[in-house]
Amino acid sequence: MVRNQRGPRALARMLATGTAGLAALAALAPGLANAALDMDLQPPVTPIAQQMYDLNVYIFWICVVIFCAVFGVMFYSIFKHRKSVGHKAVQFHENTTVEIVWTVIPFLILLGMAWPATKTILAMKDTSAPDITIKVTGYQWKWGYDYLQDGFGFYSNLSTPLAQIENREQKGPNYLLEVDHPMVVPIGAKVRLVITAGDVIHSWSVPAFGVKQDAIPGYVRDTWFKAEKLGTYRGQCSELCGKEHGFMPVVVEVKSKEDYAKWLADQKQKVAVAAEDPAKVWTEADLAAKGEKIYAANCVACHQATGKGVVGAFPALDGSKIVTGPADVQIALLLTGKTGTAMPSWKQLSDTDIAAVITYTRNSWGNHTGEAIQPAQIVAARKEH
Amino acid sequence: MSAIPHDHAVGQNEDHGHDDHGHHPTGIMRWITTTNHKDIGTLYLLFSLTMFFVGGCMALTIRAELFQPGLQIVHPEFFNSLTTLHGLIMIFGAIMPAAVGFANWQVPLMIGAPDMAFARMNNWSFWLLPPAAFMLILSFFVPGGAAAGGWTLYPPLSVQAGMGMDLTIFAVHIMGASSIMGSINIITTILNMRAPGMTLMKMPMFCWTWLITAYLLIAVMPVLAGSVTMLLTDRHFGTSFFNAAGGGDPVLFQHVFWFFGHPEVYIMILPSFGIISQIIPTFARKPLFGYASMVYAVASIAILSFIVWAHHMFTVGMPAAGLLFFMYATMLIAVPTGVKVFNWLATMWQGSMTFETPMLFAIGFLFLFTMGGFTGLVLALTPIDIQLQDTYYVVAHFHYVLVAGSLFAFFAGAYYWLPKWTGTMYNEKLGQWHFWASMIFFNITFFPMHFLGVAGMPRRIPDYAQQFADWNMVASVGAFGFGLSQLIFVIALVKCIRGDGAKAPAKPWEGADTLEWTLPSPVPYHTFETPPVVQ
Repeated sequence: MVRNQRGPRALARMLATGTAGLAALAALAPGLANAALDMDLQPPVTPIAQQMYDLNVYIFWICVVIFCAVFGVMFYSIFKHRKSVGHKAVQFHENTTVEIVWTVIPFLILLGMAWPATKTILAMKDTSAPDITIKVTGYQWKWGYDYLQDGFGFYSNLSTPLAQIENREQKGPNYLLEVDHPMVVPIGAKVRLVITAGDVIHSWSVPAFGVKQDAIPGYVRDTWFKAEKLGTYRGQCSELCGKEHGFMPVVVEVKSKEDYAKWLADQKQKVAVAAEDPAKVWTEADLAAKGEKIYAANCVACHQATGKGVVGAFPALDGSKIVTGPADVQIALLLTGKTGTAMPSWKQLSDTDIAAVITYTRNSWGNHTGEAIQPAQIVAARKEH
Repeated sequence: MSAIPHDHAVGQNEDHGHDDHGHHPTGIMRWITTTNHKDIGTLYLLFSLTMFFVGGCMALTIRAELFQPGLQIVHPEFFNSLTTLHGLIMIFGAIMPAAVGFANWQVPLMIGAPDMAFARMNNWSFWLLPPAAFMLILSFFVPGGAAAGGWTLYPPLSVQAGMGMDLTIFAVHIMGASSIMGSINIITTILNMRAPGMTLMKMPMFCWTWLITAYLLIAVMPVLAGSVTMLLTDRHFGTSFFNAAGGGDPVLFQHVFWFFGHPEVYIMILPSFGIISQIIPTFARKPLFGYASMVYAVASIAILSFIVWAHHMFTVGMPAAGLLFFMYATMLIAVPTGVKVFNWLATMWQGSMTFETPMLFAIGFLFLFTMGGFTGLVLALTPIDIQLQDTYYVVAHFHYVLVAGSLFAFFAGAYYWLPKWTGTMYNEKLGQWHFWASMIFFNITFFPMHFLGVAGMPRRIPDYAQQFADWNMVASVGAFGFGLSQLIFVIALVKCIRGDGAKAPAKPWEGADTLEWTLPSPVPYHTFETPPVVQ
């Protein structure tokens, strides 16, 4: 395990950093930060993140200076002006000059802090003239990315296996920070993100880009970044969005212009191939096989791989009246969700996907309805719901 | 706390002209029917201590889960309930009632009043709290579990939740009503019942801070009640205040909530400022430096608190003008806060200091609260806040100002006034142990959270990536140390209440000069029936 290899080294470093006070000072200093113990902002790869980073360093040192001045005075006083060394109290309790000085000086320091911060804010909010616009949609609990100019989109799910989370397998190096389909962007392009959500508020965040923008259902917000270094950058949903909030990472791959073009062509081709005709009639086996994948990506977190759910929190599908009863009821439930519970609407899935996952649940575990729910049924049901 | 000393010392040993035993029932009925500000103060403080341990156990469960990456102890949904209820219980159950408890005990004693202005309402405002706390805890056992959307209850997530959320909403309503009644009582008492000669500008600083806090409470508690009521009608009665599909706006809730929430931050810290402003002069044997500027600083902080709410929402996507306004306004708060810190330092300067437990906690407060102030300044700067919003940095920041700030000040106040309340000196050795253990473990717990935050670990997650593992382990160890350290306080407290310790003189602190120290220790059940005259 990565952690175990690092453990002794980390401990040695911690001890070497010495007393809590010294460690505190050294640790807060972005310049002195210790990479293995992660005490610093992630290395910036966009101009905005770089400005944020520099601002943080600048503010840090101002705080260090104030810290030393204020607590220098306090500790001097604590050691010199104590009864046990025979110090007699001097009974003053007012001094207008001093009071004006310590009101005005902090104010001036604040002006010195506000100036660079203001410049960054204005740059941060300038989303004009983007090269690419990507629509980001937060769902419970995954991200959807739509490349608006190129007419395709996909979902981005956590790809860390459940076995690692439940400590049955060794955790990988990118534990909880890996997805099946990352967002891909070209290097040096101004990427504008238009961000919204399908259910509750989420927040799309990549620290290395200096981007954190809440995704708000029913509203669209925008932000931008221009990545200047190739690589894979990771972040996490940063607004509590329910049970799996800790399990919906953001991964962005920054590729060279050529690699991006190749990826783009690939995606477009895939879309063309995968364009499924909702009128196509599927066999039950095909649907169930497809449905198993959909189930693993979307349903397993609550209803569990066993279909037994979690007692008291998430209902079992195995033997459920809804899953083994009339199909219409189950289709309606998936399309509209169930208010007052954690069951969201799944209408953003394709007709084929919904048909497949329903077919899978109706023919798995102890459920043997033998029914194959066809995409056409979903198309019909959508008109009603 | 006054119960035993009162029964023994006053009831049996001293024969007063009137026997106050005759005026109130004994046993449990005494506490249920009491209208005595000292009894009610005691009830508030004991209630708050109980809730502190309840909320603390939740925090320790959270830290146990976060000891290592992976899910070990609790399910994610239950984890979210724990973080939510830990926040609600600590804020509404521990910190706020403790502040009201101090006000009940100390405001009448410090201004020379016989009791609070509305004695029966005082009883009612306390006895609303236990049912509210009961509802909060009960919510863990209803279908769907306790509220799990964070103590901020943001919709639409809070609209999805089960009936635990409704219980939470009603509990918040009840606690809000209790706070408003308590505030009306404190304002009326302070404005009308001061001893002859005690002008407002001669009042002890603690009374000033509470007067201003009470106005803040009356201003914002109805706002909170309004916002959670809208949540309730969105949940059950088909309204769409916060639902975009029905023409509402989820972000509206955040604006309204934080219009309450930011003044709430000062509601929790201003009474602590007051306590510290009593303790530092006493142990420095010098008058408080810059009394008038302290009053103006508290008032400025209170007024500014109404125009900074959206700094909790820098990532919702505001226009640049909004970001700039809220950033500047927030930074401005550093000025009056700085004035307060400088005044305390100037009070210590050239004093003749001793370091009994109350003073240790006061200095601990000053040191750590200022650290929280620095991180507050960092967070005020929008570009850095974008990186740190909703990370552990924020968790570290508000625990520095709320635990090392408010809580440490309450411990300082408790050690300072326990001799007066119980008639028994607390055990100094236990007090010192409590302070140093709290101080060290507090920093082991919360200092590493700054690093986790800047490294990008989001808050409110039950499991985390590997690079956060080391600091989380350190923080968890510290948390258990901090939790256990608080048991020392319980021992010291029980010893005082049982009278196990040196008998406290009327004025155990050489440098103390407020009115309560003119009374005998333990303080009699009824005090200042004839008002003292203040020169």
